[in-house]
Amino acid sequence: MRYLPHSDHERAEMLGVIGAANIDALFSAVPARALKSFDLGLPAHSPEFLVEAHMRALAAKNHAGADGPFFVGAGAYRHHVPATVDHLIQRSEWLTAYTPYQPEISQGTLQMLFEFQTQAAKLTGMDVANASLYDGSTGTAEAVLMARRLTRRNKIVLSGGLHPHYRDVVRAYLKDDADLQILSASPEGQGDILDHIDETTAAIVVQTPDFYGHLRNIKTAADAAHAKGALLIVVITEVVSLGLLEAPGALGADIVVAEGQSIGNALNFGGPYLGLMATRKEFIRQMPGRLCGETVDADGQRGFVLTLSTREQHIRREKATSNICTNSGLCALAFSIHMGLLGEAGFTRLARLNHAQASKLADALAGVPGVEVLNKTFFNEMTISTAQPAVALVERLAQRGILAGVPVSRLEPTDPSVVNLIVLAATELTTDADIAALTTALAEELA
Amino acid sequence: MTTKFTPDHEYIRVEGATGIVGITQFAQEALGDIVFVELPSVGKVFKKGDEAAVVESVKAASEIYAPVSGTVTEVNDTLTGEPGLVNQDPAAAGWMFKIAIADASELDGLLDDAGYAELTK
Amino acid sequence: MSMNNQGRPTGVGTSGFASTSGSALLPNEPLLFEIGDTEHSGVDLPHVTISTNRLGGFERKSPLDLAGLTEPEAMRHYVRLSRLNHSIDSGMYPLGSCTMKHNPRLNEKMARLPGFSDIHPLQPVSTVQGALELMNQLSHWLMTLTNTAAVALTPKAGAHGELLGMMAIKAAQDAAGQSHRKIVLVPESAHGTNPATAAFLGYSVKPIPAREDGTVDVQAVKDALSPEVAAIMLTNPNTCGLFEPQVIEIAQAIHDAGAFFYCDGANFNAIMGVVRPGDLGIDAMHINLHKTFSTPHGGGGPGAGPVVLSEALAPFAPVPFVRKGSNGLELVEHAEGEALGRITAFQGQMGMYVRALTYMLSHGGDGLAQAAQDAVLNANYIKARLAHAFSVPFGDYPTMHEALFDDSFLAGTGVTTLDFAKALIDEGFHPMTMYFPLVVHGAMLIEPTESESKQTLDRFCEVMEELAVDAKSGNVERFTAAPMKAPRRRLDETRAARSPILKWERSAETLKAAE
Ligand SMILES: Cc1ncc(COP(=O)(O)O)c(C=O)c1O
Repeated sequence: MRYLPHSDHERAEMLGVIGAANIDALFSAVPARALKSFDLGLPAHSPEFLVEAHMRALAAKNHAGADGPFFVGAGAYRHHVPATVDHLIQRSEWLTAYTPYQPEISQGTLQMLFEFQTQAAKLTGMDVANASLYDGSTGTAEAVLMARRLTRRNKIVLSGGLHPHYRDVVRAYLKDDADLQILSASPEGQGDILDHIDETTAAIVVQTPDFYGHLRNIKTAADAAHAKGALLIVVITEVVSLGLLEAPGALGADIVVAEGQSIGNALNFGGPYLGLMATRKEFIRQMPGRLCGETVDADGQRGFVLTLSTREQHIRREKATSNICTNSGLCALAFSIHMGLLGEAGFTRLARLNHAQASKLADALAGVPGVEVLNKTFFNEMTISTAQPAVALVERLAQRGILAGVPVSRLEPTDPSVVNLIVLAATELTTDADIAALTTALAEELA
Repeated sequence: MTTKFTPDHEYIRVEGATGIVGITQFAQEALGDIVFVELPSVGKVFKKGDEAAVVESVKAASEIYAPVSGTVTEVNDTLTGEPGLVNQDPAAAGWMFKIAIADASELDGLLDDAGYAELTK
Repeated sequence: MSMNNQGRPTGVGTSGFASTSGSALLPNEPLLFEIGDTEHSGVDLPHVTISTNRLGGFERKSPLDLAGLTEPEAMRHYVRLSRLNHSIDSGMYPLGSCTMKHNPRLNEKMARLPGFSDIHPLQPVSTVQGALELMNQLSHWLMTLTNTAAVALTPKAGAHGELLGMMAIKAAQDAAGQSHRKIVLVPESAHGTNPATAAFLGYSVKPIPAREDGTVDVQAVKDALSPEVAAIMLTNPNTCGLFEPQVIEIAQAIHDAGAFFYCDGANFNAIMGVVRPGDLGIDAMHINLHKTFSTPHGGGGPGAGPVVLSEALAPFAPVPFVRKGSNGLELVEHAEGEALGRITAFQGQMGMYVRALTYMLSHGGDGLAQAAQDAVLNANYIKARLAHAFSVPFGDYPTMHEALFDDSFLAGTGVTTLDFAKALIDEGFHPMTMYFPLVVHGAMLIEPTESESKQTLDRFCEVMEELAVDAKSGNVERFTAAPMKAPRRRLDETRAARSPILKWERSAETLKAAE
């Protein structure tokens, strides 16, 4: 087997040094009836080219984003990742290093995390950001728990514009507890969250651009929350929007959670993704996840270490702020490299390009008979209502090679009011020809 | 003025009806550099043995238990900015909180100088 | 106070050592923000004009202030930084509990096939049949290797898997009218994520002390059981590197008391293909694909922590999961009945599923068993070679995939476990896991994995022996001043924690200069 260095001769020699008669002797603590008492019936080891053929055959059964016009968003976005990013993250020293617990020989990872934290803090307009969480959805659940610890209050209100998967994750983490108030879906961008804040509220959770693409008023939400001593958690599933939209921190957000996949990370069918979390300085001791900080070494040279670790499970055990250990390190690296390549100039241009393509998409869709665009505001994503049930319509378009977006009912199957709604996104990869292909096909299907 | 000790390495210096609480020299040495002290809020009521504060070093967090029952009357806010005082001067400048002793008889169950010295021998 | 002094602080060494500005091979690389600026960019994008009337008045007014680099500058920045890292590809990484094995590059190549990397989690399921098939195949391997009834693929890492497993247990008990069960038994040797997970879900944690020999006594478990106990979270092989010899009896006792057996499967590498946890009576167990199945650790993540489930817990698996339907494979995305819903957006770590399945197919059932046996052989070899110079806390029977030593061999030398580990850095090895598990004083937990050749193991053992001899002979400086040859000497962690600097900020001077 190509990955196993020992020859049988070496194995025998090593057993000799150990003083064991055979390998089974090393498994003597295993109850006899459980040791190799079975035939797995799994295939035997296989050369590289056969494994590759097997995997390629599976991959070939999927319709990749590049295979045709593509408008699927709803929490994961198809953007261009520069070749440099993917090359660099495959370098051995990044790819095959562990968590930087030995800082003297992990300064690469640590400095990168420090740079990543700085980028995330600047993007969100917050004081501090952590070194990543699993993804935006679990990050949202963590933020909710963090807000409860900070305020010592229990009530949580989720906006009707929050991504339904994120809402479901919060619900599972909180196990439907009575203090979780979930507002009904708001595809028109309407919101009544401000009416639900009271003196028992720990936090309200508002997503912008919301699941349906509408831009929400963060300032108003922050003021209303703060007036009752509650916190505002802002959720962002499309970080590229921050190139064009005001930073939530500048508008009064207390905790910002974002899905960072859009920058540097491929779609990957849902993972691995990148949870960003940022907050105010005074809240850091309740923040989950690793933090990297600057210090000096014994020679006085600048260096970086993981710090404030007493918040974490390996030290605090049952009193930790979270159970998270492994995070999304390599995805954070990809994000940081891509963001470093973009810089402010490139990131701003990227955001404008996304908005420009989305504006073209909205205008084109509005011209299709039987289609209504619900959004007055959007960044790169919008919701349309059509004359037909969306699931079947999207399926027919897929058969024509066009991935036309996400039927809302796929995520909200019990809400009859959303049956005809589709959420569509455009990015810098969306061409004018893609938009024309979509609107033509849509017009034909709806005719 | 007497000072008593718990087997968990807290001291309480009794001044009239008030006790001043901190950790011992022995504890400070065992913990290493203190980087953060989480203090109780004034007015908080503890029963003997309740978790009252937390001291953190880089790689450990240790709870400080109330040596006696009572109400917190004052906390040493200086520690927030200078947690290292607990290392430098645990018995004086590194004190953590003052407690209005609810039941002075609880002090009898604590260790005196000799008893504590024996414990940490 | 509770005297928790595991992992004594590092403190900064005092001996003088000339400061350098880095050499060609070990650069002192400035921060991105010190070499880049807001005008440079390494990405060519057209400048487009937009009308702002769809932005609702929410345009950005605060500065972004993000530094940019052109492509050659970026390449150099990240290549230079990377040289400051130790990695598996550059040397042995014997971190106990972390399974730092070789990461085959075929896995990376496969994960980048557009049919896997360029598919969206919410595109129509008719267009991702190959992806669902892959998830099914991975599930089949995981269930076969563990002899279990179901698997939930979605957890994003081991700790997330623990959360899912314990949520499933809670859901099952709630459904059975057993909501009063509020206690979870956790052996003292457990990884921090176990008690943290139990507490996260509102359980109180009852520690089970370790026996003299480092394993869990079935009697201690029985003594701790009561009608309030919901589950035990037991690691097997445990964190001392030992197989729990009474695991079947423990499972029996747990089940007799109406509780569930959550197994922390972080150490599955020792037994894959050799022992099936389902045969031992587990109800739920996470498998770290980033340990056992070679998906790269990436400097801290991402991972994947699928959880295998027994018959009893299978109905409580989270969504989404794949099942056969009339038109091929379908993805069940909404909870039915008492299932616990969703623990992450989308389908979990597809990128890791591809890598793990590639690894499994490469090894085959036979190769996986051989890998486990080689991992155990390597650990026992290290233990056998070093036992005379080090102190072995639990020597009664063979170890599994890890060799555990304590610090009693250093008694009186003035050298701590930490110092010893740092000296190993100067010899070109990554240190072992230190001060974990907590049940051993000054623990040194060494996990070589199956990837190390005999030659490397011999070299490692020689270095370890030489260090032990040197420590005992009083050459303290070599240890307390270590590392001397790494890109950095010991870092002042106390300073970092006392006044945290968590991001780069323009210094007062540069701000002034910009005015
Ligand atoms: C024994 C044990 N349990 C659980 C975990 C947690 O796994 P993860 O880091 O994937 O969340 C680890 C990993 O560090 C471990 O070693």
